[in-house]
Amino acid sequence: MTISPPRLEQPPPAPSGVRAQARTLVIVPAYNEAETVGNVVASLHAVRPQVDVVVLDDGSTDATSTEAERAGATVLRLPFNLGIGGAVQTGFQYARANDYDFMIQVDADGQHDPDMIDRLFQALEEREADVVVGSRFLSDDFEYPAPISRRTGIHIFAFLLSRIVGQRVSDPTSGFRLYNRRAIALFARDYPHDYPEVEAVLMLHFHRLTMREIPVRMYERGGGVSSIRSGKSAYYMIKVLLAIFVGLLRRRPVPEPGEAAPVSARHTI
Amino acid sequence: MDFHLQIVALLGSGGLLLLVLELVRRRRLLERYALVWLGSAAALVALSAWAGLLQLLADAIGVAYPPSALFAAAFFFVIALLLHFSVAVSRLADQNKVLAQRLAMTEQRLAHLESGQAARSGDRLSEHPTDPIPQEVP
Repeated sequence: MTISPPRLEQPPPAPSGVRAQARTLVIVPAYNEAETVGNVVASLHAVRPQVDVVVLDDGSTDATSTEAERAGATVLRLPFNLGIGGAVQTGFQYARANDYDFMIQVDADGQHDPDMIDRLFQALEEREADVVVGSRFLSDDFEYPAPISRRTGIHIFAFLLSRIVGQRVSDPTSGFRLYNRRAIALFARDYPHDYPEVEAVLMLHFHRLTMREIPVRMYERGGGVSSIRSGKSAYYMIKVLLAIFVGLLRRRPVPEPGEAAPVSARHTI
Repeated sequence: MDFHLQIVALLGSGGLLLLVLELVRRRRLLERYALVWLGSAAALVALSAWAGLLQLLADAIGVAYPPSALFAAAFFFVIALLLHFSVAVSRLADQNKVLAQRLAMTEQRLAHLESGQAARSGDRLSEHPTDPIPQEVP
């Protein structure tokens, strides 16, 4: 089945026109999230019945896969724990292999509100973005319940990244994101390993893809344990800072060698 | 260098060289990795056996006591080997990640195709179990 890719270079005639024929994949990376993953999948289906939901089971040792399948999601089971970066990259590869036009990333812990997906699409079309990120910190209407240590860390990354990419980045660790084909092609080929969201912002900048943020409401975790535990906050900070600075110096592969690259790499620094 | 010390150094580095050769002979060590070991062991044997060479090295790097230069050379090779293996492990980890991702996608696709086939044949066993697997994902 062939679907012509939407033309995002020009403003679309009507916002619903692009989406009506576009195929959208929602990925939900999950590591031991059996308590919440079923509800997340069900609420996604309830809000947008036409999208395909894929749960990436990153080597869970609990019933994550069973719960996700019961809720009606397709499940990709990684044979062992790859870490969030490897799991999400599997989602990009699945989206590319199955020719999806858009991919949405949603956390399995119920932090993200599926009702906000419409706003992500709206921003993508109206502000001509390749990636739209749902940010906790752009609106005073949405209070984000998180310990001060984590918020401080996020603001430090946000400050650094904003300076580097020359545009305001308020929530670089948000895992609530919408990607178009160009971003899918880039990240299917090369996605950061350990703490990917922050470095992915850098990659978008260096590959000249446009990222936009919109304010969203995020809930407290419905259950389970965050991959960033409070005791590990300092360790996490140092690793991400290292990733940012190493990321500045990395070589940028061209995503599709041998053909007209959908995403061209600019030389770093 | 003290004769006694030279015997010990020669026995040590010679033993290492023989051990590496034996591991390669038994295919317990890939030639790719053995080359670095062989080079290191051979260099250490040469430095232990040939006191003049060690003296040259010691003078070149400004070490007054030649056996210390031997120690420094051995340390250099250890660092080089460790770095070499860290690079090798990183490459393996990367390849491992790609394999895991491909496996997850292939398993899902296989399950999808199998469920599609089961639905088409109405839960009966296929009369042609060797039917080619359709290549298109519906």
